[in-house]
Amino acid sequence: MTQAVTLTPSGPRPSVAGPNRPGSKKRARRISRPLQYLALLGYIIFLGFPLLFLLITAFKTPQELLSPTPTFFPNSINLDNFIAAIEKANLVQAAGNSLIVAVSTTVIVTLISLPAAYALARFRTKLRGIATGWILLSQVFPFILIIVPLFLVLKQIGLVDNLLGLILVYTVWSLPFALWMLQGYIAGIPVELEEAGAMDGGSRIRILRSIVLPLLAPGLVATSLFTFISGWNEFFFALVLIQDPALQTLPLTLARFVGAEGQVQLGQLAAASLLATIPSLVFFAVIQRRLTSGLLSGAVKG
Amino acid sequence: MLLVLPALIPVVLFSVYPLAQGILLGFTDAKAGLGVPVTFNGIENYTRLAGNELFWNSFRIGLIWAFGVTILQFFASLGLALLLNLDLRFRWLARTLALVPWAMPPVVIAIMWRLMLNPTYGPVNGGLEAIGLSGDINWLGDFSTALPAVIVVGVWAGMPQTTVTLLAGLQNVPTELHEAAAIDGASVWQRFWHVTLPALRPIIVAITTLDLIWNFNSFALIYVLTAGGPGGQTMLPMLFAYNEAFRYGNFGYAAAMGNVMVIVIAVFLFVYLRSQARSRVS
Repeated sequence: MTQAVTLTPSGPRPSVAGPNRPGSKKRARRISRPLQYLALLGYIIFLGFPLLFLLITAFKTPQELLSPTPTFFPNSINLDNFIAAIEKANLVQAAGNSLIVAVSTTVIVTLISLPAAYALARFRTKLRGIATGWILLSQVFPFILIIVPLFLVLKQIGLVDNLLGLILVYTVWSLPFALWMLQGYIAGIPVELEEAGAMDGGSRIRILRSIVLPLLAPGLVATSLFTFISGWNEFFFALVLIQDPALQTLPLTLARFVGAEGQVQLGQLAAASLLATIPSLVFFAVIQRRLTSGLLSGAVKG
Repeated sequence: MLLVLPALIPVVLFSVYPLAQGILLGFTDAKAGLGVPVTFNGIENYTRLAGNELFWNSFRIGLIWAFGVTILQFFASLGLALLLNLDLRFRWLARTLALVPWAMPPVVIAIMWRLMLNPTYGPVNGGLEAIGLSGDINWLGDFSTALPAVIVVGVWAGMPQTTVTLLAGLQNVPTELHEAAAIDGASVWQRFWHVTLPALRPIIVAITTLDLIWNFNSFALIYVLTAGGPGGQTMLPMLFAYNEAFRYGNFGYAAAMGNVMVIVIAVFLFVYLRSQARSRVS
């Protein structure tokens, strides 16, 4: 595994080229193609093997895991680990909590960051400098500085040990980053396009809807993805703010599971981990196509 | 102004205010528990910190971790993004795999790598044994291998964000520029250096900056992987401060550690961003 890490950075470097290479020579292509595939294979192994192993472990029985002559693939597909994990670790409830928190955070953050990001990118006021500085600063400050006073504030308004409190914290915590990304994407859209739209007599709203929004879509999708995933994955704030077992999010439940880990429990642990990853993978898959078939890459092909 | 307002209010209420209070806490002797009187003790926390070797050691580990992961991550992700931008077969597989870690909670990633690196059962040792090397390394439990091992996990975990961001940047590089450069006889390498890289620069600066900050402040991955062990070899500053605050209840002292962390990371960022801003102007 470590080998793949050290090899890959330098591997693909010389093979740089866009999909359109009208001037490139055929011979150079014949040499670089195999290297490119070799590098790609390295990445696929490094990225994929741990996932495959997790999957395999989840299907193995305790006997197989303890066997002195282990086989790589499980002898049979049995779902005992999954059933045991669901029954034991209260996964369904934790998943519900995680989903509520992550989706609410994404919706709120997207709604309030979009107009703000547009203002930051297009209107060059003093506010822009202050806001950019703040966005960066708020990312720099370690959570430890925020969490203690935040804990005290949330306690005063009764939002400790409360999903609403967690949503609030996640919103504030994801907002700077969403703003930073979005304003970058908006700044990347040539302002001339908007001016041209205005010249053609388009109203402000029409320009935003027909010109800016389609170009912004990949960026907007990427940003909301960041927000959802970070809410779903977050561990630290939840660890400090949530104590009630009924309100635990998935990462908390899983981390507790690790404490009880023994050789026999490895299969269940793997199964629980897989289940915890599924909802967010599904969510990811739904919008992934919009992410990859971004408008600008479409324009390249057309 | 009106557009920014909805974003401004929650940020001020739940970010600016607690942060200001957090910084102040760093100059007090605040402890956990109700009704404990809090008094300012000036720089006492910091003189205590200055003599706290464990903290400085954790700081050194934090910097090795943050820079190690960020740099490896950047090169690995740039390579992958460039490959994904080509018209290769199986590109979809690499692209999908590259996105998966992103959808995984760090806690799950940590659990997965605990399985991978398990000294008796894990396939990493199994693989080493299969090619004739000693296969009984306790990756996460050994003093010399724990930090490198968690850095590899950190790279794996953080690659998607960096790759996707760089790929989005690559797709925004105007093809006309590439075509023009190719017609002028520029080699692949020259085109990368003179066309792709300058166009990508703002995105590179943004993502490496964020990666560095995230990595320096990361918590969950290490908390589950090693909990700072063995013998504090992977005790990142965040874990150290967390223990101080929530295990020993020394809120003020922990906040003081946070203040020191902020100053150090801010200095690094200031130097980095200023050098980038300068080279853009020239």
